[in-house]
Amino acid sequence: MIEAVGLTKRYGRTVAVDDLSFTVQAGRVTGFLGPNGAGKSTTMRMILGLDAPNAGSVRIDGKRYQDLHHPLRTVGALLDAKWVHPNRSARAHLRWLARSNDLPARRVDEVLELVGLTGVAGRRAGGFSLGMSQRLGIAAALLGDPQVLLFDEPVNGLDPEGILWIRRFMHRLADEGRTVFVSSHLLSEMALTAQELVVIGKGKLIAQSSTEEFVAKATENTVLVRSPQLAALRTALGRAGVSVRDEGAGLIVSGMDSAEIGELAAANGAVLHELSPQRGSLEEAFIQLTGDSVEYHAGLTDGSTPSSDGHRPDLVTTGK
Amino acid sequence: MTLLAVERIKLFTTRSPLWCTLMALAVTIGFAALIAGVDNENPVTIASTQFGYNFGLVVVMVMAALAITTEYRFSTIRATFQAVPNRSAVLAAKTGVVALFAGVVGLVTAFGSVLISKAIKPSADLAINTAFEWRAVAGVGLVYAIAAVIAVAVGSLVRHSAGAISLLLIWNMLVESLISLIPKVGDDIQRWMPFYVANRFLTGDPDVTNRPIGEGPPPSESLLSPWWALAYFAGIALAFLITAMVVANKRDA
Repeated sequence: MIEAVGLTKRYGRTVAVDDLSFTVQAGRVTGFLGPNGAGKSTTMRMILGLDAPNAGSVRIDGKRYQDLHHPLRTVGALLDAKWVHPNRSARAHLRWLARSNDLPARRVDEVLELVGLTGVAGRRAGGFSLGMSQRLGIAAALLGDPQVLLFDEPVNGLDPEGILWIRRFMHRLADEGRTVFVSSHLLSEMALTAQELVVIGKGKLIAQSSTEEFVAKATENTVLVRSPQLAALRTALGRAGVSVRDEGAGLIVSGMDSAEIGELAAANGAVLHELSPQRGSLEEAFIQLTGDSVEYHAGLTDGSTPSSDGHRPDLVTTGK
Repeated sequence: MTLLAVERIKLFTTRSPLWCTLMALAVTIGFAALIAGVDNENPVTIASTQFGYNFGLVVVMVMAALAITTEYRFSTIRATFQAVPNRSAVLAAKTGVVALFAGVVGLVTAFGSVLISKAIKPSADLAINTAFEWRAVAGVGLVYAIAAVIAVAVGSLVRHSAGAISLLLIWNMLVESLISLIPKVGDDIQRWMPFYVANRFLTGDPDVTNRPIGEGPPPSESLLSPWWALAYFAGIALAFLITAMVVANKRDA
């Protein structure tokens, strides 16, 4: 279990992480969701004791990372697959890591086998493709057979096969009862991977809930109605106090489900040509929730209207 | 012991130590061979065989600085601190392994220089008898080891290969000799410069070979006795190392 309380990190005058509190439970995949530049990587570095928080603390099974004995046996992490000396072989890289936490040398071959890198273990890691580097990083994370696993944007830049492999892998780890905490800026990816979500924007907590709950809450449920007696129906819906807007030849109704609308139509003698529940896309929902907290607006989201909220129409963040 | 093993694996699973060692051997032993072979005016002595020790020293410092700066370059330092959160212990272990290796390289270059000189001039008296001669040859190992400590510490503080190496080389090759050009106080300052004092350990008190001064490593006018000179040099290295540890603990990795 990971427990962050009031975690704050400032770089000069920028606040990267702002009074962030959350918990990550064992036995589930917890997604750490936020736009680029929201402070996900910084938070992960603080969990691992690489960066020191300006305020607050984060504990793993009740202990500070610095106080863990042989930490690789408790926490495995893949923050960046490129944290490898390019001229060192994959096996040598894992060998020194294993030695540092008094893990037996055969464990190196076990994890290489597990991620399918046995065949290229002697090759220099600098020549690895992104997918192979990612696998090497996962092998390193698994070396100590840890109960807590952190992955920072593990599917970034991977091909569909690689993405599927990682997704399945994380589910397997969680099914084994481990704590899996995985960050991403893609809600659609997290909806498939994570059971729980910690959502942040601009370093602040936006939501912590189950993925289902978050998606349900985030995506506004509406119903599309088409009818020859549209005017009468609109009046009836207006009386019922739900919000209605025109959409082509039909109406978009929110705040009432399709069964209730159907009954209302029957009571008013209106013929229905279409009555279909609409689900907003996850991306829309995500932007709606984190929209205010995206650090640099592209100024293109609204089409023609220039941003008037004081943000410069700037580049989208490219950092992880 | 565990951490020493880790740093040993790291050092010897990349190629730069090998190349640096070969280069250190080439410049020192090559220089000794050159002097033994070309200089017919002066007798070949133990002191003259060590003429090129400073060139090897520079190469060894580059190797030592790279051992830590490449960790920052490729962020393996983060993987290291993740595996071993005790940063002081990590730095101590790395410094220990690199210094030990540098010391061995120093011994090989120093004795190698004597051997090649003997091979080229079999008639020369190259028996190592006096305390001075032992210091001049075996002492190179100690000086290389301590210089490696300084290089690792500077590398850890600067965190960039080019920056750390330039700083070390400019200091060793330019600052320490040019500082004597400062009017009045220049000579006094130079007497306390670390590498200048280290040279005192190798060449000082007194150079009993009676060679012209140009024919051995340039003598040092440090006021310390040889072993005090070494202690001073080691003290400076230790101060650098402790500073590096304090800074590494404070900074975000």
